[in-house]
Amino acid sequence: MADILEKMAQQFIAALPHAGRLGMVLDKVSPGRAVVSMPYDPMLIGDPSTRVIHGGAVSALMDTAGGAAVMSHPGGGIGTATLDLRIDYMRPATPDQTITAVAEVYHVTRTIAFVRAEAFDHDTDRPVAAATGAFTVPERKDGTR
Amino acid sequence: MKRPDPVTTVKKRRDAALAAITGQIPYIQFLGVSFDRHGDALTGVMEYSDDLIGNPVLPALHGGAIAAFLEITAIVGLTFATQWDRIEAGALDVESLTPGQLHLPKTIDFSVDYLRSGLPRDAYAQARVTRSGRRYASVHVEGWQDNRDRLFAQATGHFLMAAPHG
Repeated sequence: MADILEKMAQQFIAALPHAGRLGMVLDKVSPGRAVVSMPYDPMLIGDPSTRVIHGGAVSALMDTAGGAAVMSHPGGGIGTATLDLRIDYMRPATPDQTITAVAEVYHVTRTIAFVRAEAFDHDTDRPVAAATGAFTVPERKDGTR
Repeated sequence: MKRPDPVTTVKKRRDAALAAITGQIPYIQFLGVSFDRHGDALTGVMEYSDDLIGNPVLPALHGGAIAAFLEITAIVGLTFATQWDRIEAGALDVESLTPGQLHLPKTIDFSVDYLRSGLPRDAYAQARVTRSGRRYASVHVEGWQDNRDRLFAQATGHFLMAAPHG
């Protein structure tokens, strides 16, 4: 099971062109939980005076990790879409450090998966950003939910 | 009474200020976002590229690319609005502005509402500064593709304002 999850999730990231463009890597996946990291890249800078990565790139990381968590959840499914995503930026990410997002499905219904996520740089005690989101749960092929 | 500046001078000054603001942010180039300006009204344009796809089966734009586009539009719109008086007064010396010199507002939080899946084509967005204070600002952004009235995403964000004359 773990192997299947792993394979599914690796393919998921590889199949997302935008995530690939941002250099994202799926580090870990378990049912309803995903860890995705994004290396530092000067192209992603939002403020040249501080060299801090733009919040938008962190949003993309959070969204990808959230989607991966939903897909790995037994009640979730392939082909989820984001309904809403709110991000709190707690502190600037340290330049030159990889950012890692940990996303977890904390509740799932027949139609919606609720996700929480946190992003860290090398300081794993103080999150860079936190997010909450709602994702769609796709209808099953057989018409059931 | 002072005669108004010729229209070409005014446009050049405004466009140079806008270019100075957007030129500060490498991520804007990475995403392929540009801005159309009419007076003080800005429309963000995210030109379609295969790199923006999040779901290749549909295909649909990546939710993260949409969020980033709306956040960029909010930051540029807010900066342009707060610098407008200085731009008009010719007080913003864009010629000697080096990257990083113009302090940009920092995002405190950003909340995106995905209304429709993003189609594989250009996207547009406009920001409205709902409230702009000395320390904090609240900005609402609307994003659309083919039809202005059919939004595909909207967002609200709070921003920490940069120090004055930064």
